[in-house]
Amino acid sequence: MAHVTTGERKSIFSLFNFIALIVLGVGIYLTYLRFAGGLGAVTNLSDYNPWGIWISFDLLCGVALAAGGYVTSSAVYLFGMKKYHSAVRPAILTGFLGYALVFLAINYDVGRPWRLPYPLVVQQGTTSVLFEVGLCVATYLTVLFIEFSPAAMEWLGLKRARNLVVKLTILLTIFGVVLSTMHQSSLGALFLIVPSKLHPLWYSSYIPIYFFVTSIVAGLSMVIFESTLSHRFFAHKMDETHLKEANGVTLGFGKAASYVLAGYFAIKVLGISSGNLWHYLKTGYGTWYLVELLGFVALPSLLYAIGVRVKSLTLIKWTSVLAVLGVILNRFNVCLIAFNWHLPASERYFPHWMEIGISVFIVMIGLILYRFIVTRMPILYEHSDYKDAH
Amino acid sequence: MSISRRKFLGWVGAAGLSTTIGKSASAATNKHFAGYPDSFAILHDTTLCVGCRSCEAACNKVNDLPPPDRPFTDLSVLETRRRTTTKAFTVVNKYDNPKKSGHPVFYKKQCNHCLEPACASACFVRAFKKTKTGAVVYDPSVCVGCRYCMIACPFEIPTYEYDQALTPRIRKCTMCHPRVIEGQLPGCVEACPMEALSFGKREDMIKIARERFRKYPDRYVNHIYGENEMGGTSWLYVSGAPFKALGMREDLGIKPAPELTAGALSSVPIIVGLWPVLLAGIYAVSKRKEKFAQTDQEEAVASALDKDRSEQSQPEEES
Repeated sequence: MAHVTTGERKSIFSLFNFIALIVLGVGIYLTYLRFAGGLGAVTNLSDYNPWGIWISFDLLCGVALAAGGYVTSSAVYLFGMKKYHSAVRPAILTGFLGYALVFLAINYDVGRPWRLPYPLVVQQGTTSVLFEVGLCVATYLTVLFIEFSPAAMEWLGLKRARNLVVKLTILLTIFGVVLSTMHQSSLGALFLIVPSKLHPLWYSSYIPIYFFVTSIVAGLSMVIFESTLSHRFFAHKMDETHLKEANGVTLGFGKAASYVLAGYFAIKVLGISSGNLWHYLKTGYGTWYLVELLGFVALPSLLYAIGVRVKSLTLIKWTSVLAVLGVILNRFNVCLIAFNWHLPASERYFPHWMEIGISVFIVMIGLILYRFIVTRMPILYEHSDYKDAH
Repeated sequence: MSISRRKFLGWVGAAGLSTTIGKSASAATNKHFAGYPDSFAILHDTTLCVGCRSCEAACNKVNDLPPPDRPFTDLSVLETRRRTTTKAFTVVNKYDNPKKSGHPVFYKKQCNHCLEPACASACFVRAFKKTKTGAVVYDPSVCVGCRYCMIACPFEIPTYEYDQALTPRIRKCTMCHPRVIEGQLPGCVEACPMEALSFGKREDMIKIARERFRKYPDRYVNHIYGENEMGGTSWLYVSGAPFKALGMREDLGIKPAPELTAGALSSVPIIVGLWPVLLAGIYAVSKRKEKFAQTDQEEAVASALDKDRSEQSQPEEES
């Protein structure tokens, strides 16, 4: 029986390896094109559309979907929900990888990536929301690295350093929540400066709050979604505690996500009312807005609630996919679809396949790193030397 | 009064610190900035413009830009709606006059040099600067190439060298800052054969515009575009046709761009101050709860054991 599963797993992984190889090959070639020929060589960006999918997907979605780290660690360490402890390490790992990949993607997007430290060391543009984003993302990436490091140090056998870092857990968690609150909301605040370019249904003075609240939804849903995938591919790496707690994590996080989505729905409606934007709902953009709000906010909230009520793990898992897609859709709407809505169709942006290629390449690097780490380091199980250390 | 060296240095340090704090604090407040006193502005009277493209040619020359796709004598390009590019810092477009058909109106587009520029407030490395002459200038030596300035600009002016692999720059009109500080007129103003462009102190330009409204009330819409739009700009426009007909946005409002993000930025100290205290409190509460739960459990176990023991001992007494 055990032999059969290993055999299946092997075949899945060799297919994965084959795809990974192709994606990496194409990605390296596209990287060459990007840095040899400039942004114009691989993107459809223009003077009207300076930000494409490398910002809307790689940065905005990347940061939101990596929110599982702060959501899970604060639930467990600060709010004392110990029963979710086994979910912390995978969430921190995906958070860390997520932010590392966001940083990688930014290097493709900005014109002169070697100058990325300039805002910190040469001249500080403190009036810029982007300055806050940059500062927080850079700091939080460091925090996530430290939070992740115990797993690596357990693997490498660095006992003393590991114990030292574990002592900092609470401090790092609080730091992580502060930094996440600031930059998750600031990614939305980036768009406060463009009331004339972003459609009124998406432009709101509440947009920083919307971005922050949806990051919680994304964080909770990604933990459920990733746990589903891990169980499919890395179940052999999980210890008893992890397997035993997993269903509780799915139910608990599903319940939390249902509440947060309901609250988000309420403040979205509040935003529409306070801006008195009801008449826009009758337009084409209004229909699209309702698709987002009803299909990707209200519906997952309801489905999560039902899933928790009838204890259907399958429903909760599928709902997590819907909720994640909803967050992605929201970021695309704000950054691309409802942005520049006043321009004629000929001036609008649609990504070049090579832009998508780079994004896929970066996601693939994340998957490879995740696999490398979980198959070696104590992420899905507790290291035998450090049991009951928490 | 004698001052020790240490005390003096302390004062200097405090003064230096307070200037920096003062600066960043004012950047995040709603303080109204009406422009540098005596700064310059350019008044574009679209009723005088004939769409000859002389300004475009002059701009191309003074900024050493590459030759245009179509020569400046070719006026057919006016028919299409053009925008600023890396090769053209200014473009003139032709629009139908809704008031008088057959008498098209021309509008010259370039950087408006806002009094409180969106680009400068959006730039995280302070590559843009509003100078005292009124020009908003750009420093490519620090630019990272994030293009947030292009997102932020409500007039869609900055352009980017997408074809440059290693040294891409933002390109835009400089209001001929290098010429102005040498006492010369901006290239476009000097080249205009119709005197549709006037250069001078911003206050004077506003006065001239008002004077023209008074003298020729039938010729103008009674509004100076740029006097208050986005908090005011150093390019001012007067027109006979509604500005909307010239492709200019009338829905921008009078709030300067930095004010749009000031509120969000001022929430930073609240988050930094409040969250750690709140979270540490929650942590303490959950920790304490845990402890209580543990003692409760221990007590329950102890009492259960006691009960058990006494129950066991009772039959012995009976016997």
